[in-house]
Amino acid sequence: MPSLFEHLWSHWPYVIYILLMVIGLFAVLAKGNLVKKIIGLNLLQTAVFLFYISIGKVDGGTVPVYWDERPDAVYENPLPHVLMLTAIVVGVSITAVALAFVVRIKEAYKTVDEGEILALDEADRGAPEAELPRADAPEPEGGV
Amino acid sequence: MAGQLPALAVVVPLLVALLIPLVSRFNRRAAWWMVVGALGFAVYGAVAMLLDLCGSPIGTTIEYAMGRWAAPTGIEYVVDRLNGIVLTMIAAVGLITALWMRKSIRSEISEKARPGYYATFLLCATGYMGMAITGDVFNLYVFLEIASITSYVLIGMGRTRQALYAGYSYLIVGSIGATFILLGIGHLYMEIGTLEMADIAQRFAANPELYDSSVVRTSFAFFTVGLAIKMALFPLHGWQPSAYSRAPSAASLFIAATATKVSAYVFYRISFSVFGADFLISALPHIRDGILILAVAAIFVGPLLAIRQRCLKRLLAYSSVGQIGYIMLGVVLLNEDGLTGGVIHFWNHAAAKGALFCVAGVLVYRTGVSRVDALAGMGRTAPWTSAVMTVAGLSMIGVPMTAGFLSKWYLGAGALDAGRISIVPVLMASSLFTAMYVWRLVQLVWFAPKDTEPLVKEEAPWSMRIPALVLAAACLYFGLTSTSVDIARDAALSLGLGAP
Repeated sequence: MPSLFEHLWSHWPYVIYILLMVIGLFAVLAKGNLVKKIIGLNLLQTAVFLFYISIGKVDGGTVPVYWDERPDAVYENPLPHVLMLTAIVVGVSITAVALAFVVRIKEAYKTVDEGEILALDEADRGAPEAELPRADAPEPEGGV
Repeated sequence: MAGQLPALAVVVPLLVALLIPLVSRFNRRAAWWMVVGALGFAVYGAVAMLLDLCGSPIGTTIEYAMGRWAAPTGIEYVVDRLNGIVLTMIAAVGLITALWMRKSIRSEISEKARPGYYATFLLCATGYMGMAITGDVFNLYVFLEIASITSYVLIGMGRTRQALYAGYSYLIVGSIGATFILLGIGHLYMEIGTLEMADIAQRFAANPELYDSSVVRTSFAFFTVGLAIKMALFPLHGWQPSAYSRAPSAASLFIAATATKVSAYVFYRISFSVFGADFLISALPHIRDGILILAVAAIFVGPLLAIRQRCLKRLLAYSSVGQIGYIMLGVVLLNEDGLTGGVIHFWNHAAAKGALFCVAGVLVYRTGVSRVDALAGMGRTAPWTSAVMTVAGLSMIGVPMTAGFLSKWYLGAGALDAGRISIVPVLMASSLFTAMYVWRLVQLVWFAPKDTEPLVKEEAPWSMRIPALVLAAACLYFGLTSTSVDIARDAALSLGLGAP
């Protein structure tokens, strides 16, 4: 029976994935700055990439390209890598949409701090809807 | 063409959505027609598949291997009765919303943003259709993200700046949920080594000792928490009220009537068709009890929170929290009646909540506000809309002869069957709270003092009235006939409950 330390040491990629995930979650929950929250979200997603890639590791495995000189070669599992290509694209899209939101929030609220935004919303509470500050961004000249 | 329907029902809306921004450069009026056409086709596809399945023995599935790559190598679309029901719900609500939204969009979205709105809306519907139809867990994640990202954008397109913040908050919370689901898929793959749902189920059936693996249990935990965030299961419903109330009316109509229920469907699929019913019954009885407690808490707390809301859309959002509780209760009761009740509630809640959000949308369209007290006296000026609200409200309470009654009846019967009598009083209390907030609306609409000046000056335009009437008629139709119950019971039986 290996000790807990040895167990963790032999599974170090998982330890790093969990650490990264927790740091990311902490940033999302505890940071007030909207951009920092997005960074936290990215950390969380990166942790998942790392997790997937480490489950694709095969001991002594090589690049998963057929090698006719060595028919007995052991290959890494390429499937998790392929899945992560998709997940990376998804992650980039989410970051892009989130940053677009932050730009528009900055225009509408003049701040990117969660506390200040909530205070502004609280001040608007009970105001008739038509008089609430609009979300529409000023439309650029000759835009799409 | 019939053999290609599973693929076409998803691919046609997807391609049309991508064409909309292009076509809109030449013809601004085309976008709406394209949305209606694509969703009309999706309705045809979903209904044709469901009818086809209803004519065949229980347990039949329509399978479609993408690009003829047979599963488990390729990605397979699988339609059985359960997701036939869900697909019909998404496509039908999507089409009704599309028909309803034209005027509402004109008043709420700037002209420049409209083609983008239509394209995003159609993509969102495609994402949910894909989530329902796919038979591959990773493909499920991809469609989930398509549906999620587009809903963040739809919500953020509301008129006030609060919509931006609501969209952003939903994005953060929703992405955490989606990442958890991705981790669930990863842990499952790590232990089982395949992503095809039927294949995973087979391996679980062949090796029951896999149920004891801590990796499999971790996977189920990630799935449960991730999906609970996505479906706004109490106490993870925090994102829902501001998202629904700040979104444009047309977006909140579609998202409220379908989105959270698709995630609930995924939970059905994961519990029964991936892990297998035995997993919850024998391997994790305490987790089953835990989910049961959360579902019952949602049923109790949702309507209770709704009573004191001032904004109509917010009120409806809190009532959705309770309604998701009903659907989740259906899963964890794990018997025929309970499941039937949960499954018919997909349609019943979509009809009732859709109709109520139509009314909220008309309120915003006619008055510019969504306060509950703006409804005062609407019965005199807008009798049709008020009648829709009353019928849908009665269905939410669960009055006999409306659809909601059947859901509650079967869930109650399921609870008794499972020997959990204590759930029945909670269901009754929930109906009582629902009656309290629905009655508040009904009283404002029909029994306002004679001297109140109604804020709603006119009846809704026909383009908004007819879709709302169709939804209200559905509430009555499902309540008076046994069509939906028969289909739902067969769907529940085809899930395979395992040993009772």
